[in-house]
Amino acid sequence: MRNYDIIIIGGGPAGLAAAISAYDNGVKSILILEREAQLGGILNQCIHNGFGLARFKESLTGPEYAERFIVGVKERGIEYLTETTVLSVSNDKKVTAISAENGVFTVEGKAVVLSMGCRERSRGALNVAGTRPAGVYSAGTAQKYVNILGYMPGRSVVILGSGDIGLIMARRMTLEGAKVHAVCEIMPHSSGLKRNIVQCLDDFDIPLYLNHTIVNIEGKERVQGVTIAQVDANKKPIKGTEKHFDCDTVLFSVGLIPENELSKTAGVNLSPRTKGAIVYENRETSVDGIFACGNVLQVHDLVDFVSEEAEIAGKSAAEYVLNGATEKEVIETDCGANVTYVLPQKINKNAGGNVKAFFRVSKVIKNCTVKAECNGEVIISRKKKIAVPGEMETLLLLGDKLKGLNGKITVSVEGETE
Amino acid sequence: MKKELTCVECPMGCRITVLLEDNKVIGVEGNTCARGKMYAENEVFDPKRVVTSTVKLSCGGVLPVKTDRPVSKKDMFSVMKVINGACCKAPVKTGDVIIENVFGANIISAKTVE
Ligand SMILES: Cc1cc2nc3c(=O)[nH]c(=O)nc-3n(C[C@H](O)[C@H](O)[C@H](O)COP(=O)(O)OP(=O)(O)OC[C@H]3O[C@@H](n4cnc5c(N)ncnc54)[C@H](O)[C@@H]3O)c2cc1C
Ligand code: SF4
Repeated sequence: MRNYDIIIIGGGPAGLAAAISAYDNGVKSILILEREAQLGGILNQCIHNGFGLARFKESLTGPEYAERFIVGVKERGIEYLTETTVLSVSNDKKVTAISAENGVFTVEGKAVVLSMGCRERSRGALNVAGTRPAGVYSAGTAQKYVNILGYMPGRSVVILGSGDIGLIMARRMTLEGAKVHAVCEIMPHSSGLKRNIVQCLDDFDIPLYLNHTIVNIEGKERVQGVTIAQVDANKKPIKGTEKHFDCDTVLFSVGLIPENELSKTAGVNLSPRTKGAIVYENRETSVDGIFACGNVLQVHDLVDFVSEEAEIAGKSAAEYVLNGATEKEVIETDCGANVTYVLPQKINKNAGGNVKAFFRVSKVIKNCTVKAECNGEVIISRKKKIAVPGEMETLLLLGDKLKGLNGKITVSVEGETE
Repeated sequence: MKKELTCVECPMGCRITVLLEDNKVIGVEGNTCARGKMYAENEVFDPKRVVTSTVKLSCGGVLPVKTDRPVSKKDMFSVMKVINGACCKAPVKTGDVIIENVFGANIISAKTVE
């Protein structure tokens, strides 16, 4: 069994940035394990642009953004194995993986970084009536077909769910000559970024039906059509509002869930809110020396934030290897009004330094006040024109303030709701 | 006259208000950066977009490509036609020009393939 100081599971943007950051913080013995044939993760199939503006001040495509980090890993001579799937991680940091080249093998790390990304929610969880013909795909699968394998899964499309991948695929398939009839979203607001509504739907006159769902999928061997209908306040279809579209393809874009099967094998405590690990501000999980970052921890919409988070995790893993475990004095964070989750869930007061808290809101809120409180005392508050569920929010908690706190920090967003 | 826009230059998606008088832009509000101002000024008269797509690789698979600058929205489908007629050979580096001068832009590689 070979030993490494740090083993990184997943070679997407999170794993790559964590590796580089760990290396630059003094740990050179690092191994990245990646299931796919190439490094870069989901970015390899995200050929659209808009990545990296915060970080590089230019608008890159997914593969271009990934390449900058792949080059960084190669320049440093950091080891990686591709086409290698990790099967389990133990709480004493033994990582068991399988590949055609090496068979089943185990490597041991002093620290482990979990960066497995997320997977798409499947249609099975959705209970749509009708047959189960061919032509029903998740939007991400369709994206892989078109952008990596180079063929179109269909010509006449209806999309359920207004997640970003669905919106991006509406444009992509339209540009490739398909007809996208509609995107329907069961919620009263889109779950995708506003810019994607504009440049993926509005640009091509693709209608977005809010408060609508698919009630039936028709076709025996191949999809032949779908029926959509408006829903009431209880998300039940309203009779008489049905619309029918002839189509050969249905795409589902109904959200992403962190891929935490491995985290469970390691005994990492998960949050029911984020579906990812419960972490400290340094991205350490409930298991000493196991860190998490990127989409496996919380579903990010901006890769720039993924890289930032991964750098924190990589640096912390390096510090853990070099200095050992640290004594922690913990304050917890909690969700206040209109907030669905706050990350990190725990802050170590002894760590010092500022902590950027990430969170999401439950509904569209205009002219709002974003606030963090502890025992009724406001630690920081900020005004914001609009906060929407599709976009992650942040709040900077200052280290000086954190030191003196006792009790939970509650983050809330209050303002005009519809 | 006022026109409300959403900037698509980056995922911030700033809501921008453009003030127009006699068909001229007299003010831009709500943008966070200079890109947003430029976007808004273009958007009211001649909207432009970067087109991203793929080109066939002769060794199999596809290569991600993009226009090296935004092209007029109305020309997007014509640009796609040119891209879909092309084929390219590895090795190729990010930034290499794959097709020259397509509606005022070059189609460049967005990936290095060895
Ligand atoms: C369709 C789509 C569009 C997006 N658009 C934008 C955008 O326009 N702008 C923007 O800034 N951001 C965008 N994002 C967000 C950004 O791309 C992601 O947040 C980012 O890629 C997440 O990085 P990650 O490394 O956490 O996960 P991933 O990129 O998913 O990487 C995880 C890696 O782990 C590997 N892995 C998983 N399990 C195992 C295992 N058991 N063993 C070995 N390896 C494993 C996977 O193969 C994968 O390579 C988009 C995301 C998606 C999905
Ligand atoms: S104005 Fe600047 S920050 Fe705002 S969306 Fe446009 S490019 Fe992004």
